[in-house]
Amino acid sequence: MIQAVDHVALLPLYAAAGTALLVLVVELAFGRFHLFAGTVGALATAVVAVAVPDHAGTLCRDGLCSWTVTPHAALMAVLFAGLTVGVLALSAPALRRGFAPPGEFCFLLTCAMTGGVVVAYAGDLITLIVGLETLTLPLYVLVGLRRVRESTAGAAAAVTFFLVSVISTAIALLGAALLFAATGAVHLDALVEGSGAYASLAAVGAALVVIGFAFKVAAVPLHAWAPATYDGAPVPVAAYLSTASKLGGVLALAAVVQRLDTGPLIAVLAVLTMTVGNLVALRQTRMVRLLAWSSVAQAGYILAPLAAGAAGVRAAYAYAVFFVLLEFVALGVIAALRGPGTDGGALDDYRGEGRRNPWLGAAMVLALAGLAGLPPGLAGLFAKVAVVESLIASGWGWLAGVVALNAVIALAYYVRVGALLYAVPERAGIPVATLPPSAAPSSATASPAAPSSATASSATASPAAPSSATASSATPAAVVSAGEGTAAVAVIDPDLFDAAAHPRPVVARAVAVSIAVAAITVAVLGFVPQAVFDALSG
Amino acid sequence: MMAPDDVPLGMQLVLIALLAVPALGAAAVALMPARRDRGARLLATVVAAATFVLSLLPGVIPSTREVGWAGYGSAGLPPVVPWVEVDVPWVPALGIDFHLGVDGVSWPLVVLTGLLTLLCCGYTLAKVPAGGSGRTLAALLLVLEVGILGTFLALDLVLFFVFFEVVLLPMYAVIAGWGGIERRRAARKFVLYTLFGSVLLLLGVFTVVVAAGTGDLLALVGGYGLSRTTQCVAFALFAVAFAVKAPLWPLHTWLPDAHTEAPTVGSVILAGVLLKMGTYGLIRVGVGVAPEGAAWAAPVLGILAAAAIIAGSLVCLRQTELKRLIAYSSVGHMGFVLLGIATLTMTGVQAALIGNVAHGLITGLLFFLAGAIKDRAHTGDLGELGGLRETAPRLAGLLGFAAIASLGLPGLAGFWGEAFAVVAAVERGGPLWLTLAVVAAIGGALTAAYFLRLLRRITHGPAAPAVAGFPAVTRSEWLAWSPLILLTLVVGLVPALVLAAASDPVAALTGAVR
Repeated sequence: MIQAVDHVALLPLYAAAGTALLVLVVELAFGRFHLFAGTVGALATAVVAVAVPDHAGTLCRDGLCSWTVTPHAALMAVLFAGLTVGVLALSAPALRRGFAPPGEFCFLLTCAMTGGVVVAYAGDLITLIVGLETLTLPLYVLVGLRRVRESTAGAAAAVTFFLVSVISTAIALLGAALLFAATGAVHLDALVEGSGAYASLAAVGAALVVIGFAFKVAAVPLHAWAPATYDGAPVPVAAYLSTASKLGGVLALAAVVQRLDTGPLIAVLAVLTMTVGNLVALRQTRMVRLLAWSSVAQAGYILAPLAAGAAGVRAAYAYAVFFVLLEFVALGVIAALRGPGTDGGALDDYRGEGRRNPWLGAAMVLALAGLAGLPPGLAGLFAKVAVVESLIASGWGWLAGVVALNAVIALAYYVRVGALLYAVPERAGIPVATLPPSAAPSSATASPAAPSSATASSATASPAAPSSATASSATPAAVVSAGEGTAAVAVIDPDLFDAAAHPRPVVARAVAVSIAVAAITVAVLGFVPQAVFDALSG
Repeated sequence: MMAPDDVPLGMQLVLIALLAVPALGAAAVALMPARRDRGARLLATVVAAATFVLSLLPGVIPSTREVGWAGYGSAGLPPVVPWVEVDVPWVPALGIDFHLGVDGVSWPLVVLTGLLTLLCCGYTLAKVPAGGSGRTLAALLLVLEVGILGTFLALDLVLFFVFFEVVLLPMYAVIAGWGGIERRRAARKFVLYTLFGSVLLLLGVFTVVVAAGTGDLLALVGGYGLSRTTQCVAFALFAVAFAVKAPLWPLHTWLPDAHTEAPTVGSVILAGVLLKMGTYGLIRVGVGVAPEGAAWAAPVLGILAAAAIIAGSLVCLRQTELKRLIAYSSVGHMGFVLLGIATLTMTGVQAALIGNVAHGLITGLLFFLAGAIKDRAHTGDLGELGGLRETAPRLAGLLGFAAIASLGLPGLAGFWGEAFAVVAAVERGGPLWLTLAVVAAIGGALTAAYFLRLLRRITHGPAAPAVAGFPAVTRSEWLAWSPLILLTLVVGLVPALVLAAASDPVAALTGAVR
């Protein structure tokens, strides 16, 4: 039997796969313009995804389709394409400087996007798993893809990720096989609980599928790969891992749990994931690791409403949509602050960065507050509200309580990072000589303007460094008395020193634009969250 | 588009402008370039003044609605009819309507918020505390105003929660950015405690909204036929949430630290209006939505309130730090307010309302004065201060006035709330409430004791070295303080100013309890 194929419905897939091919051809033909080709192709994918008519399906048999077009599938495809464009933009400076081969990088990333699009539209378990693998396979390479190898962190991260991911896929496939054996269903819409003698077989199958997919969203206790992988990967790739790759896992999980009753398993995973993620994040000292643990915890919030089955899917999707945007902003800011070809660095490296780079600091505050579920950006708040609402409405009040308490734990480390960004950097003054006490009165009377300029420049001096505070209060005295030829003390101007020690990062235009677009999207969606909910309930 | 039809469009726009003006103002102030810092603070003051004028309008312009006579509800209760309201659907998926309104319960607090923000923005014109730029501080004050006004105006339960959350991070930033030496720790404690409170509020809100199918605070007044269990669960969640914010002993421990470390303007806003979100929420949301739950929990609330009064007073008697003492006195005063609410009688709730406003005025003034003294003396240690009367007689006089107002001298604003909270407890009758009334009265006496001790230590005696050479009270300080001084007198002499319009909504809110 030959199936009629509705090519219009498949257009998003063609566009995504075509993008990958286009990048490959461009690489062979010109050896440059890869970023441009990838961006144009991804944008075209997004446009096509929006344009394809709703509720079409293709590759159907007996009314069951392997490719289903729904508004939320379109939204997710747009999101995958958008994240791909964003990560291409974040990587642009590193690619331009040759930290990684640009042709391969763009090709792999657009391949991953193709997998994401397949996951969004998949109508049966096999398509879903194949899509998920297409999404993750290129990422193994991207995690370790570097021309200059300063450390083995990237390679180790890639191997860890590869091993864990392959095992999880095997588990998911085994689960799908058991489900098929027990119920004869592969299509998502036909998934049913097992009955009779096969009930337990079907239950085991469902549990294995869930566990296999839970690896992809890094749910505890299947999370161990995530922090090492995120921290070892280049920051833009970490951004893709924690947004697009996680979104793929969420879609796959939601597709299964809304049809099979796996509530208790999901609830246990959710509670463990958010609690462990948040508690471990409290103790992190490296930026990307902290965000990695926080994104583990966030996966817990996404899982929680899924415990309620179909009733919680919309809330989980809504949370996932807001989360990936906020997470992208956060990692984008890190990539911008750190510059190309570097890792996320230690938390202490970010001291005072918000004061030096007001716009990046503001974007980071928006992202962190949103991840904590608090205003000024309302997106994070509505995400949290949606999860709690759906849990209480479907009778999982205790789980809502766990989510709520975890939000309090999480705020502790988000606030720590936020405060660090605006902490007064330690002023390093280098005293060259000390002022004899007898000279003090004369220098104090030397210039009435001096003390006021000292307060102006060192009013923000850290109280933790009293020696530097006293040194800087002596600075003008030194300058003034130097003019009178009685130099007794000399201190390098702390402001100049600070500026020299922390040069303002040059943020490439592509990076700035992608952060700005993501931040503005989050801010706007915060005021009209109904748009997201409408798209998700279609 | 905008419901209801019987409110003129102009007044509906006033309500929206009350939030939009400070929000847009905050954005504009934050975006001003660094070299225009003073201009930015001036702009913030102008915006705050405009907001204050807007906040007066709903009460000054006579309402077109038949307030109080608009027919009785199904339960024979006068329904809560706001003077002005605006209702626009916002997020139907989560059941959120952008429903704002003003009635006799919220209007005094709305005006108080407008006034204190204006005074604080004006204060930043003259003096920016060390720690960050003045324009950022001013912008944060305006954002805080948006959150507080929104909380007082919201007539939708979920919207109430949203605004409740808006104030968290700006207040954190004010304390952590411009505070004293231990500011980090104090700010973190503040934000974690209050977030704990507000997540409980979130749970309570959706317990109610899911059970009732609506978040409309007007429809929910009187319980909306919610089951007793639901009401008890919801009230327990609300009560703890608001008790953290108010704060009620023993959940108050964040308050003294936050006040001690916060800059003057932060303390004024925190004590003046931020705490009122807790007590207002308890009246409007707790008692209004879950009356059966309130009746069930009232004895516990009353006992805790009386304990707060005594504990606050006793701690104050041993305090040696000026701002910390005033902070702990807030715990005692809020105890009186909560005792009034716990009686669930009209007298009690009205006492709570006027206590709220009086505490906002007087404690706002006290924190301004404490800030002025600390800025001049560079210490807040009572042991190092003394003889202020000798070196700065005016400042000493003002401190004396504020302290006497705070201890509840008849004729000043502080008297009515505390006296009538005790009266309400006596009216309620029964051994428990009589005991609580007696305990509260003793607490009132202790309040007098510690404030007199404070005055003896600071204003009397020989002049300490720390208070020598105090500069005189500046013109900007007079400008910031005189409205508070005047209103303390006026509200003390004419309490009807606050209460005149509150009796109908209060009757509706408390009516369902009995």
